[in-house]
Amino acid sequence: MSLMLEPNPQQIKDEKLYSTMGLTDEEFAKVEKILGRLPNYAETGLFSVMWSEHCSYKNSKPVLSRFPTKGEHVLQGPGEGAGIVDIGDGQAVAFKIESHNHPSAIEPYQGAATGVGGIIRDVFSMGARPVAILNSLRFGELETARVKYLFEEVVAGIAGYGNCIGIPTVGGEIGFDPSYDGNPLVNAMCVGLIDHKDIQKGQAKGVGNTVMYVGAKTGRDGIHGATFASEELSESSDEKRPAVQVGDPFMEKLLLEACLELIYNHQDVLVGIQDMGAAGLTSSSAEMASKSGSGIEMNLDLIPQRETGMTPYEMMLSESQERMLIVVKKGHEKEIEDLFAKYGLEAASVGVVTDDKMLRLIHKGEVAAEVPVDALAEDAPVYHKPSAEPEYFRTFQAMEDVTPDVTDHKETLVKLLQQPTIASKEWVYDQYDYQVRTNTVVAPGSDAAVIRLRGTNKALAMTTDCNARYIYLDPKTGGKIAVAEAARNIVASGARPLAITDGLNYGSPENPGVFWQLEQSADGISEACLALQSPVIGGNVSLYNETNGTAIYPTPIIGMVGLIEDVNHITTQAAKQAGDLVYVIGDAANDFGGSELQKLMNDGDIFGQSPAIDLTVEKARQDALLTAIQSGLVQSAHDISEGGFAVALVEKLFGTGLGARVSLQGEATAALFAETQSRFVITVKPENKEAFEAVVQDAKQIGEVTAQPLASITINGEEVVQAPVSELEDAWKGAIPCLLNSEA
Amino acid sequence: MKFAVIVFPGSNCDVDMYHAVKDELGEQVDLVWHDADNLDEYDGILLPGGFSYGDYLRSGAIAHMSNVMAAVKRAAEADKPVLGVCNGFQILLESGLLPGAMLRNKNLKFICRTVELSVENDETMFTSLYEKGEKISIPVAHGEGNYYCDEATLAKLKENNQIAFTYASDVNGSLSDIAGITNEKGNVLGMMPHPERAVDELLGSADGLKLFQSIVKHWRNSHVVNA
Amino acid sequence: MYKVKVYVTLRESVLDPQGKAVQQSLSSLGYQGVEEVRIGKYMELQFDDSVRDVEGTVKEVCEKLLSNPVIEDYRYEIEESAKQ
Repeated sequence: MSLMLEPNPQQIKDEKLYSTMGLTDEEFAKVEKILGRLPNYAETGLFSVMWSEHCSYKNSKPVLSRFPTKGEHVLQGPGEGAGIVDIGDGQAVAFKIESHNHPSAIEPYQGAATGVGGIIRDVFSMGARPVAILNSLRFGELETARVKYLFEEVVAGIAGYGNCIGIPTVGGEIGFDPSYDGNPLVNAMCVGLIDHKDIQKGQAKGVGNTVMYVGAKTGRDGIHGATFASEELSESSDEKRPAVQVGDPFMEKLLLEACLELIYNHQDVLVGIQDMGAAGLTSSSAEMASKSGSGIEMNLDLIPQRETGMTPYEMMLSESQERMLIVVKKGHEKEIEDLFAKYGLEAASVGVVTDDKMLRLIHKGEVAAEVPVDALAEDAPVYHKPSAEPEYFRTFQAMEDVTPDVTDHKETLVKLLQQPTIASKEWVYDQYDYQVRTNTVVAPGSDAAVIRLRGTNKALAMTTDCNARYIYLDPKTGGKIAVAEAARNIVASGARPLAITDGLNYGSPENPGVFWQLEQSADGISEACLALQSPVIGGNVSLYNETNGTAIYPTPIIGMVGLIEDVNHITTQAAKQAGDLVYVIGDAANDFGGSELQKLMNDGDIFGQSPAIDLTVEKARQDALLTAIQSGLVQSAHDISEGGFAVALVEKLFGTGLGARVSLQGEATAALFAETQSRFVITVKPENKEAFEAVVQDAKQIGEVTAQPLASITINGEEVVQAPVSELEDAWKGAIPCLLNSEA
Repeated sequence: MKFAVIVFPGSNCDVDMYHAVKDELGEQVDLVWHDADNLDEYDGILLPGGFSYGDYLRSGAIAHMSNVMAAVKRAAEADKPVLGVCNGFQILLESGLLPGAMLRNKNLKFICRTVELSVENDETMFTSLYEKGEKISIPVAHGEGNYYCDEATLAKLKENNQIAFTYASDVNGSLSDIAGITNEKGNVLGMMPHPERAVDELLGSADGLKLFQSIVKHWRNSHVVNA
Repeated sequence: MYKVKVYVTLRESVLDPQGKAVQQSLSSLGYQGVEEVRIGKYMELQFDDSVRDVEGTVKEVCEKLLSNPVIEDYRYEIEESAKQ
């Protein structure tokens, strides 16, 4: 047994030990004022985690409040485990995205795995059956051994967790840029299905009701540097404090099935349920009580523990995975214990709901902490950080659009196809079980993933998107583009956008330039959400993504879900049949700022203005395309994004055995590679030509799909690209395996 | 015909198997929890894929010790059809109902994709509706599907015509490209590819449906008068 | 009280792809002398005094569950350990 000697309240104040836990002098003074006394060690810990950015959004709250969160279909907006949107017939879809960047930078396999595990719990704690996982990943260039290691392990971690728990990983996106070299981004999104009647809330109502702890035992996982102050005073030398949380997908599978059985079959006794995510027991108990206007008293001696000699501080701050806190009606504890026992899980009664709005923790017969729940959950300070337009933005805005000087267009197309951001991600999704649950209609690799809703004629389309280069160049425009591109992917697959979840990844908010990026991009996102009728129903903020004082590109990842009314509307990007007509919607302009071509030709540098976007045009084109799809007039649809028209066209041919012959007008480099927004490449059966053109009036017929597997692009009468599709496809498919196998 | 889909803690293709039988095959089916000790009421036993007990010791090793496996063995002895898919195949290997063992995939990674299989034996109760040499598209999704057995066992498998399916080209390093084998009697089939994922054209392939239909055909021929 | 250490490894005749990958990685790091790597599992079992035939029991659990004789070998060490 180790003997823990914790510093006393006066020491905490005098030696400013609170600052090692992340509290500022002002925040500590505020705690002292709330309590009317000095906090003890455990209480200081409670405040430090609950008032962290991660739990309280104290820096980002003023920005988050700008997002449009309401809509006629929104059943649950931000604030619970996941947002929920109505999809008719008494059904709804619950989804959320969450980052696990910092844990993944330290231990990529477990960091990514526990990121997946955490977001799944958020979804099933709402009462929803998780049906799909997506992700959005960012790494440095695949050039160093370290980046390759991070990339391979993150992918393996996502696969390891998702495959074992049996939820298909159906899609996502991966980008590579030097700005993520020391700070990879790992954002995981989970989508769940729920009947309206099963929607749960994390609440602790009813004085005298029982607080139960279910799932894995509590260990010292995830307690960060905050503890070192106590460690210095520890008399024990063999204290082990693993900071890395380790995921146990098998445990979570059991917990998932047990919790859903609890929600579906024991609703009469279940009062509330919440995941123990960040700040574990502290956040779940304080938030559940605060939301219900009640208090919670817990006996920490009853908490199932994996290690011996744990202190109240350690138990309350532990981030051990695969745990849930539930509140049940008094007298029904046995029923709950039996239910969890069927799955080999422990359900322990650890506390009661009180009416005094306090979180009271008893340890070895004494009160170890006593703190108002609202102070923890609601009264975190809110900061309005200074924001300033950075110098670089003014410089970039003043630049003229320059068309890169391309001499060999075919060779440039091959090089673009080999850029890891564009190249095939088959190496990645081959490792994900994207089919389990047998609902996946459109697998990874098309614009959006599609899963059918068994027992109905409907389906869901889902995607994650963010071009952070545009956002870096122009956060507001880039923010609009991120939402618009997500919606383009959803619409191209035959769905109407429902709502988004956002994973906001930025550098340090202490930097006024970074805070300005956050504000501007949030404004851009909000505008696009309104224009495209897709509100924000939840999300996550990850700040301080920096290495050696250099911030990542601002990366607000948009996770979007759309509804397909009829499975017959499901559309993929792949060309279908020789003789079909090829159309393009939208003309190319001289848009190269932040483009893949600019990056390729300038040694990774990007500059200038991002592509412009007109949300009215965007909306009109999306509506027209969706109408055409729903009328059965479209064979295939693909949005034009990174790499421009040429990349989009040949991607449509990969894996089909078909070719295409098209002819365009205008400046060749822009026509082929510009990243002008609001554009699609479509194929249409010849017999639907008139009907399609009547619906999508700004679509231009540019050529046809050919049986001969050759890609031929003519501009102003001159054939500038002619290549066997197989040659292009080999370059595209081989790029990532080749980078991984080459010597660092 | 009435099927049992055995559910172990950590099974995750149980629901897929259930729906394949109920919705696409149109036969009766129950999900049966791993503590059951009597399967007498069922005409066919299906062991689904997944990660039983997390596959934490070896794939299928802990599941093969569970209660229901004694009943599965009795069903096999009673000549009932027993099909193990993916983790179900691994459990059948661990329990000795089928010979051999699984190693990690040759590339050390999980592999999920639709692959081409060759039907090697069209005379089993699981494959009678296929043609010998027929190529079918069935998805695989596994990390340990690299089939291994010693030379004597392999010779015996070949001699007795126990190899039901092979991969048309190498997928995971399996000996002789073995994708699925039966026991000597031919009423126990283990295979790594997932036929229950290939029963609906909407999801890409319906080539797996004939496997289930073969089972039903065999059962009707032997149980229903004037079939 | 007995502490039993069990080592499970792939049999010599069975290819060990993990071991091979590690061996190649070591060689690319410049450790040319490492000829072969075999990867296995190590398990610790604590037996209380109620178990009479510890060795017999260990053999039994190794064969029944802890190893798969088709592909794996096992060996074990039994140590007497004092109660904590």
